[in-house]
Amino acid sequence: MSAMIDSLFEVRASYVSVSAMSREPRLEVECRAQSKETEGTTQVLDEAGSVTTADPTTETHSEEDLDLPWQVVVHNDPVNLMSYVTMVFQRVFGYPREKAERHMLEVHHKGRSVLWAGMREPAELYVQQLHGYLLLATLEKLS
Amino acid sequence: MEISRDNNDIEISELDPFLAELLRQIPASASPDGEPAAEQRLFSSPANSKETELCAEWKTYVEPELRRLFQSATETVTEDLKQLNGNEKSLANRTLRIPAKHADAWLCALNQARLVIAAKNNFTESELGDHFRSPIGSRRDLSLFQINFYGFLQEFILRDLGD
Repeated sequence: MSAMIDSLFEVRASYVSVSAMSREPRLEVECRAQSKETEGTTQVLDEAGSVTTADPTTETHSEEDLDLPWQVVVHNDPVNLMSYVTMVFQRVFGYPREKAERHMLEVHHKGRSVLWAGMREPAELYVQQLHGYLLLATLEKLS
Repeated sequence: MEISRDNNDIEISELDPFLAELLRQIPASASPDGEPAAEQRLFSSPANSKETELCAEWKTYVEPELRRLFQSATETVTEDLKQLNGNEKSLANRTLRIPAKHADAWLCALNQARLVIAAKNNFTESELGDHFRSPIGSRRDLSLFQINFYGFLQEFILRDLGD
């Protein structure tokens, strides 16, 4: 039992140490996924959102429906580590670390963050990738 | 327990039997075992329930892919954990080496395990923030310790990937 307690103290001490270190700036990790998001995309989102006329309750997918802007939303989750969520945003969206951290903090403090907006097909692929990383992500039709 | 990087691999040495056992439990802990809350957390809905067609297609086409992805990660970790096999009665400390190319699989399996344990125990946010609760007390306390221990390993692997 004493060996167990000793080991626990060691782990606790290490945890504090590594957590503290994780707050230091890190080098960028390589982005393996396609980087489609740009600052320009956000502007497209605003413009597209203002001209949307389709009924958002419709459940069929006409050509126009598929062209409606969709947004990729990540929701807060108390289990996923903040550093992990930041890394996922960098990898999936190709965001620089600072931008990924901003979105992570928005998720943490506001409960959700819109990570990307655009056509339905790439939005679905982004959500699929985010689910592969076990984040709580949803597609929302912009109305 | 000591963690270090050796030729890009991660080496966890001086693992006492208790911590070695917690590591061995990663694959089993990552399994939802039919628990609805855990299943729902690992395979969450891609949209609100009004998007019935989207959700149905997701269940048919995407969820099986995700299951394969998660299964593949836990299989990789299970293979690595074979290094800890040996004389179960021995109290000698063990060493585990995680190859750099398995880092993503470990991150995924550790995350699955943490999410499943949290869902099964319905831990509150404040409980999850309590990193210093002793594992000695109840099964629930041990589960919380498990989440924190796995989180500690995740942090180290993430730091390693970022270097």
